[in-house]
Amino acid sequence: MIVRILGEGQYRLDDEAFAVVHRIDDRVQTAADADDDEGFRQALGELLDVVTGRGAPLPADELHPSDAIVPGHGTTLQEARELLSQEGLIPG
Amino acid sequence: MGLMGRFTTIVKAKANKALDRAEDPRETLDYSYEKQLELLQKVRRGVADVATSKKRLELQSAKLEQSVEKLDGQARMALQQSREDLARVALERKKGVQLQLQSLDEQRAQLQAEQDKLVVAEQRLTAKVEAFRTRKETIKAQYTAAEAQAKIGEAFSGVSEEMADVGMAMERAESKVETMRARAGAIDELLESGALTDLTDGRDSIDRELEQLSSAGAVDAELDRLRAEIGAAEAPAGQIGDGDK
Repeated sequence: MIVRILGEGQYRLDDEAFAVVHRIDDRVQTAADADDDEGFRQALGELLDVVTGRGAPLPADELHPSDAIVPGHGTTLQEARELLSQEGLIPG
Repeated sequence: MGLMGRFTTIVKAKANKALDRAEDPRETLDYSYEKQLELLQKVRRGVADVATSKKRLELQSAKLEQSVEKLDGQARMALQQSREDLARVALERKKGVQLQLQSLDEQRAQLQAEQDKLVVAEQRLTAKVEAFRTRKETIKAQYTAAEAQAKIGEAFSGVSEEMADVGMAMERAESKVETMRARAGAIDELLESGALTDLTDGRDSIDRELEQLSSAGAVDAELDRLRAEIGAAEAPAGQIGDGDK
């Protein structure tokens, strides 16, 4: 599985690591739904740590579409909303 | 849908918009390669734009540093002449300028971070575009239109996703630069009006007092210097006179 971190590049993950990422993603979304800035920051940080820690960076000259895309390090809940609301996917 | 799902959907949608497909896939390849080169140019201009904004903030910081020194000097002068009230005003203004300086420093750091990100994004995109160019030439040379269609899929999606990613980074950097421009414009106005750089241009009574104080201080210093010179010239003459008696 290939995961892209926006602004930081792509990583190749095995299925097990990708499943972990998915579980953390649920917590990221829960924090977002609860307007929990700190919880969002923590869960996203954890998710990105799994991607970069357990994944292997894809060389820049390889052309593959990603299976999943996540915002980069330090993205706040507010910024994530702004990025998504451009296309009207998350209201408010 | 989780956050990851939402981001995946939105970036893929942007990626689809980044590159249009033509009838003949081999034409699509050339056309999309042109688009990629255009985006690379834009990113390079973006990096230059951010650098320019950063430079402007640095120039403003330098001017504000000067006015801090000037206000400091005025406060010292006021105290020497026992005008604590004026010294206080000068120090209050100095504090205000220092706050501005601090905020400029933070903005400069933000722009630096954006610039660094764009530079890395440009390097990544350059590598992808070059990989795409190689793939494109191979496909064009080896396959018929129908076969090419099947072959370009992954290369096409891979590069357009990178383009969408870079495009988002560009938008972010541009909006930061816009915000900085507005703030920098406001500070420029303050600097031009003299409110920050020059408190001695007679804007108000306190400015005039500070100004008078420093000219009075300068006159006093000059008087002291003259007295010392005259004293030095007279003293030896007096001693000679004493000896004559």
